Amino acid sequence: MEKTRLELFRGTLDILILKALIWGPLHGYAITSLIRRQSDDALLVEEGTLYPALWRLESKQMIESEWGLSENNRKAKYYSLTSEGKRHLRSETKIWQAYAMAVAKVLEATHPPAQEIA
Amino acid sequence: MKKVPMWRRYDRLFGPDKKADIKAELRFHVDCKIDELIAQGWRPEAARKEAERQFGNILAVQRAGERIGGKMEQRKRLSDHWSDTVRDVRYTLRTLGRDPGFTIVSVLILALAIGANTSVFSVVNNLLLRPLPFPESRQLVWIAPPPQKCGLSCATYSSDAYEEFRDGSRVYQAVTGYFAFSGPGNVRLTAQADAKPATGIDVIGNFFQVLGVQPAMGRLFTAEETRPGAHHVTLLSNAYWRHQFNADPAIVGKVIDMNKTPYTVVGVLPVSFDFGAFFSPGEKIDLFTPLDLDASRNWGNIVTLLGRLKPGVTLPQAQSDALRVEPSLCWNVKQPKSCGTYGGKDSSIQLRTLKDYVSGRLRRSLVVLWCAVGAILLIAGVNLSNLLLARAATRAKEFAIRGALGASRGRIIRQLLLESLMLSFAGAAFGLALAYSLVGWLSHQGAIALPMLELLHLDGQAFGWTILVAVVTALLFGLIPGLRMASGNLHEAIKDSGAGSGQSRKHNRVRAALVLTEVAMACVLLVSAGLLLRSFMKVLDIDLGFAPSRAIAVKAEYDDSAPDGKTSAMKRGAIFRQMISQVSAIPGVQAAGVVDYLPLGANRSWGAPRAKGHQYKDGSLPNPLVYVITPGYVQAMGMRLHGRDFTWSDDPNGQNVVIINSSMAKFFWPGEDAVGKVLVGTGTGDATVAGVVDDVHADSVENSTSWQIYYPFMQAGPNSAELVIRTNVEEPSAVASSVLRTLHELNPNQPAAEFVTLQSMVDRSVSPRRFFMILVGAFALLGLSLAALGIYGVISYSVTQKTQEIGVRMALGATTARVRRDVLGETLRLAVSGLILGGIGSFAIAKLIATLLFATSPWDPLAYAGTVFALMGVALLSGYLPARRASRIHPMEALRNN
Repeated sequence: MEKTRLELFRGTLDILILKALIWGPLHGYAITSLIRRQSDDALLVEEGTLYPALWRLESKQMIESEWGLSENNRKAKYYSLTSEGKRHLRSETKIWQAYAMAVAKVLEATHPPAQEIA
Repeated sequence: MKKVPMWRRYDRLFGPDKKADIKAELRFHVDCKIDELIAQGWRPEAARKEAERQFGNILAVQRAGERIGGKMEQRKRLSDHWSDTVRDVRYTLRTLGRDPGFTIVSVLILALAIGANTSVFSVVNNLLLRPLPFPESRQLVWIAPPPQKCGLSCATYSSDAYEEFRDGSRVYQAVTGYFAFSGPGNVRLTAQADAKPATGIDVIGNFFQVLGVQPAMGRLFTAEETRPGAHHVTLLSNAYWRHQFNADPAIVGKVIDMNKTPYTVVGVLPVSFDFGAFFSPGEKIDLFTPLDLDASRNWGNIVTLLGRLKPGVTLPQAQSDALRVEPSLCWNVKQPKSCGTYGGKDSSIQLRTLKDYVSGRLRRSLVVLWCAVGAILLIAGVNLSNLLLARAATRAKEFAIRGALGASRGRIIRQLLLESLMLSFAGAAFGLALAYSLVGWLSHQGAIALPMLELLHLDGQAFGWTILVAVVTALLFGLIPGLRMASGNLHEAIKDSGAGSGQSRKHNRVRAALVLTEVAMACVLLVSAGLLLRSFMKVLDIDLGFAPSRAIAVKAEYDDSAPDGKTSAMKRGAIFRQMISQVSAIPGVQAAGVVDYLPLGANRSWGAPRAKGHQYKDGSLPNPLVYVITPGYVQAMGMRLHGRDFTWSDDPNGQNVVIINSSMAKFFWPGEDAVGKVLVGTGTGDATVAGVVDDVHADSVENSTSWQIYYPFMQAGPNSAELVIRTNVEEPSAVASSVLRTLHELNPNQPAAEFVTLQSMVDRSVSPRRFFMILVGAFALLGLSLAALGIYGVISYSVTQKTQEIGVRMALGATTARVRRDVLGETLRLAVSGLILGGIGSFAIAKLIATLLFATSPWDPLAYAGTVFALMGVALLSGYLPARRASRIHPMEALRNN
């Protein structure tokens, strides 16, 4: 499977960003690389969507930002989770998992469901 | 993330830069990418290109960022603002709650001041500011002959003159009028035995159309219904329809018997139209009938005129048009000599807007009233300012600490303004409640003869005015203490050098200046109230020409219908001779007599009689007011008589006699005794003067008297019969029931009419003056007590501040009397300076108030002396309490303290 083709469903990016920040404050570039590495290069986050998503999350007060210095001594904007963001991540994760399980069940089915008894 | 070095903290010295932030953030991303690519073995140049290619449209992302950032910023600012305000409000509530005494006193003061302002605004708005409640009411004008001293007959026009004026004028859409001589209680519903007498009035057919009044039910009069011999129709006032006919929804088309004549009800007028409210304040008109101009053609002057101007016509244009028409007006077209006689010698027809006619004469009084409440507001505001300053002194430390912790000056001022705003709005809320009850009470005071009083209510405009007053008060009087406090020296305040520090001295000076203003305003109010009170006393002292106390009057019904005048007069004489003798026999009754028009009400005149044997220029003599009276009337009214009273033998067969008033007698026979002299051209031809009575105030209590002539009941035709009874009991209404029983025995048709006391008629005539006097007086008292409160506050505070000083002085041997004297001296200094300022202010407004006074000079020494006395007394009283406290300071305690 071509990895760059793997498009993220709407809303999925938000939850991935929140998850990425659970380990500590990160700047934008670090978030993309974290997601890429964590998914074994399967998920590539495009810059064009990453930053607007970050800013939206910030305006919803799920994450907050602060300027800091990067490893190579450059000024970088670091994002970190707020308690609101953590709460959101927890609930969204549950929903996502239930969803994924349901989808998997349907896709992995080997025989049609039993006839419903009316 | 590494630790940020110290210097980095300064790159935000000029606040955040959103755009640059976004750019930097994206730049950093691209740089990271380039670094990574180079690490993978790309050449730097190619790596940069590749990184930018991978990123895509960097500008679009940048713009999206700016958009989101902008929105965020806005939301944040709003929520910051909101939470600041909420915090301030909560803080203010807490501080106000901690000092309930201060809060209650300030809210109370403000409630009184704002309530008074709202009420007076409602009255002023109702009478002066708002147009009359008729469509296009600016077009309505009142048309009247020049003012003369002969009562209503000289203020009205004849049928012929009305028609000439209507046809000759070019500036009106329509001209109308009403019959001016209807007395109260002139209509009886003959079919309903228990019905109280009602008041009806004849109006020219198009009256309601000209005013623009639409009926609530049914229709208005048609042109046919005003013609002679037309079917009798009537319109009911809304109030009368409600209480007499229980708001019968099917009243239109029903026939009611009025004075034994059947009338068909064609409609009911709307609630909003109250004839009395505009044209005869204090009276209720119940029924309206169309005036038959032909039938009344020979009755002389009977109608008052009003017209609706064509759109765009100004009052001066209308006036010049009226001047053009005036010479062609005839009292009676069949008497060519009567044409062109409506203009006076050096005055002529007068046009004014209907609004000016209705409320114009009250303008001055209302302006004075408005100024008075304005002064009250100012005093209350100054008081509030003073209270806030006193608090400021005790809170200086709190604000200094807040300032030291970084609160900006603006923030502290905002906090203080919020405090005064909240106080002022609480005051406004209570003030509105106060005004609501006051205005509601006023609108039901039928006894006060003010126009449009019944229409008074608290409306949106009054509400808006209240808000405006509250805000202005809060801003004006919250700002002074706010600025003072915020500009305070932090260092000084925190150190709290306490009593005697420079800061508090300055505070004290400001407070003293404020109290000075208060005292001055109170002084002006007191002088005004004093002058009005003096005028009112003078009015009450006026010799009315009759004695109103212990006398009552009631309308008597009689039937003197007879084939000819002489028989009718004899019949009338018999009826009233019996009536008066029987009523006089009732215990408690001293005298009784009958007149057709009571003084201080409607009146009429019948041309100008002359002394026999003298020549006078045509039109140079005024028309005396005419009264037709029975024997005993002069005595019942308590009038002073020279000569003889009429007797029952002054009948159609006897010699024609009249009684005249002394002004008339003095004019015709100066220096001679008028009794026995002969007048020619009276209503009964040549008549001998039987007696001379003192002048009676006929129009109103305050207006000077005119000529009056009295005819015997059996020699001239009375228009109605008002039985006047003089009693020797304290409560004249006590004899009313026996009088009514006697009248009923004599005439079963006599309705259960209401008795009026002559005193109540006098009271009604002076009621507007009493009303204004009481209001201004109440405001003056309010102002005085507020000023007292202000003086007390300042002196008491200064004593508290000087506790230490006084303690030292007492330790060094000052006596308690000495300390007390010093404090009182300080008080008196304040009061005297305030009085001087107030005296200057009073002189300044003397011109405004002079026109409202009656026989009182605006420099009336008694009013000024009273003011000085009252203010000094109150000042001493409010200075005495702190003085006593000062004299009881224990030196040791005072020194230990602090």
